[in-house]
Amino acid sequence: MADKVAFELVSPEKLLLSRDVDFVVVPGAEGDFAVLPGHAPFLSSLRPGIIEIHEEGNETTGLFVAGGFAEATPERCTVLANEAIPVADLDRSGIERRQSNAKEDLQAHPDDDAAKAELATAEAMLAALDGWGKA
Amino acid sequence: MPSLKDLRIRINSVRSTQKITSAMKMVAASKLRRAQEQAEAGRPYADRMDRMVGSLAQSLENFEAAPKLLVGTGKEETHLLVVATSDRGLCGAFNSSIVRAARRRIRALQNDGKNVKILCVGRKGQLQLKRDYGRLIVDRIDEISKRRLSFNDAEDITSRILALFEQDEFDVCTVIYNHFESPISQVITERQLIPLSVPEAEEQKTEPGLSAIYEYEPEEEELLGQLLPRNFTVQIYRALLENAASEQGARMTAMDNATRNAGELIDKLTLNYNRTRQAYITKELIEIVSGAEAL
Repeated sequence: MADKVAFELVSPEKLLLSRDVDFVVVPGAEGDFAVLPGHAPFLSSLRPGIIEIHEEGNETTGLFVAGGFAEATPERCTVLANEAIPVADLDRSGIERRQSNAKEDLQAHPDDDAAKAELATAEAMLAALDGWGKA
Repeated sequence: MPSLKDLRIRINSVRSTQKITSAMKMVAASKLRRAQEQAEAGRPYADRMDRMVGSLAQSLENFEAAPKLLVGTGKEETHLLVVATSDRGLCGAFNSSIVRAARRRIRALQNDGKNVKILCVGRKGQLQLKRDYGRLIVDRIDEISKRRLSFNDAEDITSRILALFEQDEFDVCTVIYNHFESPISQVITERQLIPLSVPEAEEQKTEPGLSAIYEYEPEEEELLGQLLPRNFTVQIYRALLENAASEQGARMTAMDNATRNAGELIDKLTLNYNRTRQAYITKELIEIVSGAEAL
């Protein structure tokens, strides 16, 4: 068996990433999990968070996903993201605007699930922005 | 014989029609490029989603308890047809061929004694189906192709369809759209979405070792509850994207033909015009000459 995972990240709009990597860490709904070659068949939904891609030793890439699904098999790992942005491209003011918009929506309609999800996404983005690079 | 003036007027009117059709061709060509890129960019997601749901469906332990979206309601009484057409005409046989496929499908289903309901996406299909099957149309969604098609548009349509499903309004859902092959070829595609038709044979050919049972996180039911509506939206989104690209392709071809036909017509009319003009001149010369001879 190959010592690489065929990792693919797709959003509804396009195929964002498709390459062989050493391993990836995916933010599952019930906790982060890492996918290495030979992973057991596994399906999980995602929470907003960062996908860490590790290749060639220490080199890591961070990609923010706003939720979606991940599938792991012994050979590959496929992430179907609702929205995905490289951490380096996150823009603080844009996110803060999203956060405040979502808060307003939530005040107007406290039961709006979409607004709740939007707020969670924005907050996770901010956390990602703060946490990434320091760890 | 038409007078010279009549001919001139006709030539001019054909020429201005030609200008319009060639402009429309240009517009369609540039829109096509964008729509095609979008459709092709959307394919990987839909394919992966297909694969994921497909392998999930195969490895389901408890098929009976699976969500209705996957296995259906257990009967096949009422069929919902989602007919995806364009909002605008002048794109050749694009809309009529979808509608023809839809009609054929409706007749076949009705002959089998099933109930049929129609959901029209796009104005043209609704207009064409209204005449024969007006009372079967349960909902219509217009003007989605005005802006750039976004995932939210698909979500909007899906939520309407799923609401109908929740109310037990239908048992089987099929979407009819044009699959984009190339700018000059579109393939009418009918795809059953509820209950899900899994491309089983293909799945097993490519991955013989993957009959292994998946582990789920969160629990199987909860995950399926999230994944299936998502899959449904994705498939609708894919259909809409393919359709939008096909529409522009069909329009481009149609307008190209129209421009060429107009050119041929202009050539013919111009020939006719010149002949008539020459005939007039000859006639006038004869008149002058014979008038001079008579003196």
